[in-house]
Amino acid sequence: MLRVCLKGANSAARKCLCGNGVPLHPLQQCRSYTSGGSGSSAGKIVAASVLTVGGGVGGTILYANWDPKFRANVEKSIPYSDQVFGLALGPAAPPPVINKPRKVEPVQISSMSEMWKDSKQPKAKEVEKKAEQPDAEGPPAPAPQETLEEASAQVAQILSAIGEVPSVPAPGTHEAEAVPPPAALKGVPAAAAKCTECEHEPAVKERPEGEVAARLAEQDKAEQDLLTSLSSNLEDALGSTAKVTLQAIGAQEAALQAIAQHTRQLREAMEAEAPPDKKSTQWRVLEDALSERSRSVDEAGAAVLKAKAELDKLRGVIDGAKHLKIAAARPSILAAEENLHSMVVDLDSVVTRVQTAQSEAKIVSQYSELVNEAKAQFQKELNSITPEIQANWKGLTGKLTQDDLNSLIAHAHRRIDQMNRELAEQRVREQIHIDSALEQQKLEDKKALEVAVSTALEHNREQMRLEQEKKVEETREVMEAEMRTQLRRQAAAHTDHLRDVLKVQEQELRSEAEEILNSSLMEKETEYRRLTQDQLDSFTLDMNAAYARLKGMEEAIDSHVIAEEEARKAHQLWLSVEALNYTLKTAALNDPTEPLEGAVQAIKESCAEDEFAQALATALPSESLSRGVYSEASLRARFYAIRQLARRVALIDETRNSLYQYFLSYLQAMLLFEKAQEAPPAKLSAEDLDTFKLLSYAAYSLEHGDLELAAKLVNQLKGESRRVAQDWLKEARLTLETKQVVSLLSAYANAVGLGTTMAP
Amino acid sequence: MSEKELGKKLDRCLADSAVKLGAGLGLGIVFSVVFFKRHTWPVAFGLGMGLGMAYTNCQNDLRAPYLIQRNIKVIAKRQ
Repeated sequence: MLRVCLKGANSAARKCLCGNGVPLHPLQQCRSYTSGGSGSSAGKIVAASVLTVGGGVGGTILYANWDPKFRANVEKSIPYSDQVFGLALGPAAPPPVINKPRKVEPVQISSMSEMWKDSKQPKAKEVEKKAEQPDAEGPPAPAPQETLEEASAQVAQILSAIGEVPSVPAPGTHEAEAVPPPAALKGVPAAAAKCTECEHEPAVKERPEGEVAARLAEQDKAEQDLLTSLSSNLEDALGSTAKVTLQAIGAQEAALQAIAQHTRQLREAMEAEAPPDKKSTQWRVLEDALSERSRSVDEAGAAVLKAKAELDKLRGVIDGAKHLKIAAARPSILAAEENLHSMVVDLDSVVTRVQTAQSEAKIVSQYSELVNEAKAQFQKELNSITPEIQANWKGLTGKLTQDDLNSLIAHAHRRIDQMNRELAEQRVREQIHIDSALEQQKLEDKKALEVAVSTALEHNREQMRLEQEKKVEETREVMEAEMRTQLRRQAAAHTDHLRDVLKVQEQELRSEAEEILNSSLMEKETEYRRLTQDQLDSFTLDMNAAYARLKGMEEAIDSHVIAEEEARKAHQLWLSVEALNYTLKTAALNDPTEPLEGAVQAIKESCAEDEFAQALATALPSESLSRGVYSEASLRARFYAIRQLARRVALIDETRNSLYQYFLSYLQAMLLFEKAQEAPPAKLSAEDLDTFKLLSYAAYSLEHGDLELAAKLVNQLKGESRRVAQDWLKEARLTLETKQVVSLLSAYANAVGLGTTMAP
Repeated sequence: MSEKELGKKLDRCLADSAVKLGAGLGLGIVFSVVFFKRHTWPVAFGLGMGLGMAYTNCQNDLRAPYLIQRNIKVIAKRQ
């Protein structure tokens, strides 16, 4: 933007300059023009730049509103952009949480099944079996599954109940076998009630074991009773039905026989040409046979009806037994059903046989009727021609006249002609008759076929159902046997486990008891040892104490002697140190003291054995020994001259040491005013290392008698100031050293003297 | 004494500058009269040279303690 501005200004200026000539005035004008022109273009440029920046910022904000990642990036990179974004857009949305696809359904189902199983566990076993029974009549596949589930649930219960009452599960497993048969023998309302109980399973609590056993026993008995009653019922019904059916079949057979006999006799009667009296006997016999047949047919019919009624009753009884749903009764029910079915089949077959016989008989009777009719007709004709002739005309051949014979013969011829004619007619109509007869026959056959097919289908269906039931029964028995074996195995495993657990427990308890015994034993031992040790220790202590006292007394006596010697020496030392101190005081104002040599020599002599004093005596600087040291007062006086000079050369050091710097330094010293004396702080900071400050601190400390601190502060000077103060510093050091050593010596002498004076 | 050293140096400086200035003046006059037809500038030149030499001498004298010698052996002469 600046460049643009500059360019704009330059171009404008150049244009203006190029446009004009050299003279100053136009240049001035030009200058004003350029300033004006550039002012407007600058304004434009400023506006454009403002617009660009605003656009950029707005665009950034809009895009950040749309893309949260971009917003996060910008916030990270540009410091206060998050506040701007917060103002403009509101707080940033948190990153979306990815929910894992929750497998709720299978979990719930499995948990529900678990819950169902678990809730079933605390129930009594008969309820479990009750739950088993309602499902027994359903599809066979879920039934074995559920029995297995229940078996596993039961087993789990058995295993979990170990810690509580070990005795219960064992009889329970054996009872489980007896439970299923009796369990189902309760009446239907009881079954319904138990079923509703099953539904409310989670609400029912566990019953006590004794009650369970009692109930089980009770139920066993009741079921047994029911089973016996049912079986007796079935047997009775079966017996009666069988009897009746046999009767019916017998009756049918008799009817069949009668019909057959009658038919035979009829045919015989038709075809045989017996003498009239035999004929009448024959006819009578026929009549008897007919009556016999009709009677027997009626009897058979009645017997069939009765048998059918009995069969229905039996069927009803079987259904009732099925409703009761007892497993053990099922084979008997199945057998009864089979019997029923066979009886029905037999009955039906016999009935069909009777029916065929009857139809045959009908044909034969029709035939006989026709023959009779023809005979009657002939007789009538004969009577019409020869009314005198009786029925038995065979024996009357001698009585007949020629005319009669002729008329008879003519009649016979006429009859024969007529017959021939009829025969021819019949022959012509034969085909039609046959067709119509065939049609009729077909219809009848179809009807008969349908009936036969339906009965056969019924029989087959019944057969298959019975077979299916039988198979179901077999599989159920197999499953029951398997379950029993598994349960037995579980019981065995349980007893083994119990045995193992008991063994382990026994071992644990034994080891615990042993441990306790050992620990108590050891405690007692340690106690005894401790007591003996204490006794020993106390005795030793007494002995040591006595010995120590003896020793102490001896030492005290010795030390007395030593102490007196020491006292003498200390006194001597002290005297010599006092002499040294005195020499220190001989300093004149500007001259050093006398050389300290003599006094130090005296000290050295006085304390020949004292190493500390010797060391201290040799620690004195040689200068003080040979030349002496200056006093504090002289040093103080000298300091002021030093201070003045140091102030003057404050600016001079290794880098700045030209003459000009000297001039400047002098100027600074003249112009700068600091306190004459300023109390130095406990700690020197960086700005305290200024020359002037240091000098004022040193002056203060000197005025207050602290030469050491003053020397330390002067030691902090740098550059030329330091060089100026070097000698003073050295003298100060010497004085301080000497003073220190002397004070040490006097302190030592005092201490020694004090120490020795304490002895007596 | 170290504090008296500076005073001594300054005395030396002054003395030296007086000598140098004088010598410079003298030589300047001589040269001006003899060689440069009594122009003023040789005098000024001479004075200037003298002043400069005196300045430099003074400065060197004052700087002497801060010069780093090649030989480590420092011989400090005290008065």
